[in-house]
Amino acid sequence: MAKTELAKSPWLLHYDGSSCNGCDIEVLACLTPVYDVERLGVINTGNPKHADILLITGGVNSQNEPVVRQIYEQMPHPKVVCAVGICACNGGIFKECYNILGGVDKVLPVDVYVPGCAARPEAIIDGVVKALAILREKQQALGKEETAKEAASDATAAV
Amino acid sequence: MNDLYIRLLCAAGYLVLAPFIGGLLSGLDRKLTARMQGRQGPPLLQAFYDVAKLFKKQPVVVNSVQNLLIVGFLVFVAFTGCLFFFGGDLLLIFFALSLAVIFIFMSASSANSPYSSMGAQRELVQMLAYEPMILLTAVGFYLFTGSFAVSDIIRSSTPAIAAMPGVFLGFSFILIIKFQKSPFDLSTSHHAHQEMVKGLNTEHAGNILGLIEIAHWYETVFLLCVAGLFFITSDWYSWLIALAVVLLVYVIDVLVDNTFPRVKWQTMVVMSWAVTLVLGVLNLLILSLINH
Repeated sequence: MAKTELAKSPWLLHYDGSSCNGCDIEVLACLTPVYDVERLGVINTGNPKHADILLITGGVNSQNEPVVRQIYEQMPHPKVVCAVGICACNGGIFKECYNILGGVDKVLPVDVYVPGCAARPEAIIDGVVKALAILREKQQALGKEETAKEAASDATAAV
Repeated sequence: MNDLYIRLLCAAGYLVLAPFIGGLLSGLDRKLTARMQGRQGPPLLQAFYDVAKLFKKQPVVVNSVQNLLIVGFLVFVAFTGCLFFFGGDLLLIFFALSLAVIFIFMSASSANSPYSSMGAQRELVQMLAYEPMILLTAVGFYLFTGSFAVSDIIRSSTPAIAAMPGVFLGFSFILIIKFQKSPFDLSTSHHAHQEMVKGLNTEHAGNILGLIEIAHWYETVFLLCVAGLFFITSDWYSWLIALAVVLLVYVIDVLVDNTFPRVKWQTMVVMSWAVTLVLGVLNLLILSLINH
């Protein structure tokens, strides 16, 4: 269980970049009785400090760029970013707009891309499940890092 | 001497078992909620998965006092329950519970975040709403059995509910506030977004949030046991009745949670005080008249 506890309780933070709201409605549809992502332990939290997965819809524009960065920085490790919809993946039809920087990956390291216009709930759930696998990997990497750090500090203590 | 050992064993049993029972109740709550909304819902053990995850996350701390205060919250909630299962004084037990809530209030207001301090202020308003009824409950047990000690109350020949059904109903009403259930989940809520992000718990993350969850499990079990105290007599079968009633109270709370939308704090205070006055005070007046 030690390795899977993160994957069993992924708390989600949904941020609407410059979305047309099409993908946002599909994200919320995942929470309804038809799809019910809560059966996977997913909670749609509004607090970055409680979140494990950052789900962004829509491209990033110059006005919300600092907001997106700040939200990401406030999330405790391990965390994954999931770009939902083609606009979040690479800017989509808004790509050439003067205010759009492009996809989320222009600002944050994106782990999962869910294309579509709008992305279907099935695709979003699939993306979240992929994100869980990455979350697990990151947790293991973090665990190794910590043990390495402890070993290093032990070594210095010995010296 | 033998009696002391049994009482110590009860307190230790609470300390060890309450988190498991509380966690299961929390899981049951989410499962029931999901079924009421026509969803499948998370597994029954979801609350344990959540807390296990929270302890694995990177600790994000706003200030060092915050952690200490949350540990104080957990310790005093556990102490409250232990005192109850030891058969201690009801007044002392309820004062210890109030002290525990003051700890989490101080922790939330130390964070210097607007959401967190708003949640903290609302927590105080909630205390204002439920505290009179809780005190009346202790007074009621005293009027009925002539003792504040839980160890004496469970030895009475008739159940307390016979003499104070009003106080029981009032206490069950207050439980909705204490369990942070929907019409009165002002300071913080277990589900969905609310107007203040996560209110009281906005600045608590990682293992600190995990400790708060465990403290809530302790609190849930303790409060349900107080509700059960109304039914317990010296007869063995009264414990089964108490267990059944307590579960019923919990299920009704979940139903209420899913039925009513959140109210303003003014409505909450007026409603809970009205319930306290009509059910609590009136019941106790009649009880003291009968006693005379």
